[in-house]
Amino acid sequence: MQAQFDRRDFMKLAGYGGVVFATGLSPAYAAAAGKDFFFVQLSDTHWGFSGPPNPEAASTLKRAVAAVNTLPRQPDFIMFTGDLTHTTDDPKERRRRLAEFKEIVAGLAVKNQRFIPGEHDASLDKGEAYQEFFGRTYYAFDHAGIHFVALDNVSDPGAKLGQAQLDWLKADLAQIDKDRPIIVLTHRPLFDLQPEWDWATADGKAAIDILTPYKNVTVFYGHIHQEHHHMTGHIAHHAATSLIFPLPAPGAQPKRAPVAWDPAAPFKGLGFRSVGSGDAPGNPVIKQYPVA
Amino acid sequence: MTGLLRRLAAGAGFAVAVCAGAIAFHAVLPMAAEPRVIRITAKKFEYNPQKIVLKKGVPVVLELVALDRIHGFRILGLGLRADVLPDQAVRVEFTPDKAGRFVFACDVFCGDGHEDMDGVIVVEE
Repeated sequence: MQAQFDRRDFMKLAGYGGVVFATGLSPAYAAAAGKDFFFVQLSDTHWGFSGPPNPEAASTLKRAVAAVNTLPRQPDFIMFTGDLTHTTDDPKERRRRLAEFKEIVAGLAVKNQRFIPGEHDASLDKGEAYQEFFGRTYYAFDHAGIHFVALDNVSDPGAKLGQAQLDWLKADLAQIDKDRPIIVLTHRPLFDLQPEWDWATADGKAAIDILTPYKNVTVFYGHIHQEHHHMTGHIAHHAATSLIFPLPAPGAQPKRAPVAWDPAAPFKGLGFRSVGSGDAPGNPVIKQYPVA
Repeated sequence: MTGLLRRLAAGAGFAVAVCAGAIAFHAVLPMAAEPRVIRITAKKFEYNPQKIVLKKGVPVVLELVALDRIHGFRILGLGLRADVLPDQAVRVEFTPDKAGRFVFACDVFCGDGHEDMDGVIVVEE
């Protein structure tokens, strides 16, 4: 049985307009990390979307870039967790949106940027156009003593990682000490959050089974356009807000329709976050930032 | 009537009736207990029919055909899923063992509108 996420510590950041989140997990983070560090996660920018749920769609991503650039300290790197663009049936238009997205995020002061696709980017052509612009759809890298694994659960339109990727994940982690901190980045949740709304990965349990022997694993994902925190065993899963429109809480209504734009509170529910070693001993800290 | 339905009707000796409404297609069974066959078409971003009424304990065959591209067909409440392929009938045979409303939905991303592609099976006592 999956543990509920009920032992977390949220607190308002005074005068900051955001939320800081100490996971209370993974004391090995700071020990393994050679220095204080953080990265910024941006998710679900849906460049190319237009419609009433976000009448400022043409400016939201640019506002987010400006907001990241004005952080008092710049992140070590920036991670985009999918749905960079809004889907289109037209391959030319898909490439145009990917090119425009890439041009806009080139305005980020931090040039160490990493990407994974969302289903809007990659599911209609199995990631062909995405790979032309951003390369591999799943990969691993190390930073500050932490092993990062970026997974692709969208290039297969059936929301599968696939056996080849699962085999790769197993082989990649075979080289990692069981105590080593691991951060996994995906677009869809790896667990069954709300399968009726496509908020799941068809073979996500297989990935969780591969990750479970490792003692310090945290998953950061997007797709659901809101913060959400969940535990599968000792593995914490944290969903990010989007940069286009919020979606309702899982199962809160029959249909997964966007939350309506509030003219009195534009950009409400949108934002990005930082993830870092923080000031609590050994605890990664998540800070939520608004767009405007 | 499609060629596929004609083949079904001729091959099984069925009397076939097509009607408008919640259930678009009925097969009136001969005395031998051949399961009822219900044809469901899928295209971006809708199924037809979108509502199907079944009887608990009565076997049924869902015959799934895509009209444009691959789609999915998943009924979480009944533990069923299938890929729906263009120009190829996929048969899903089952016997509903519980009454209720069960949403079916596409679980193969098919574009801007995929999220709205669903329907419902109502199983009556």
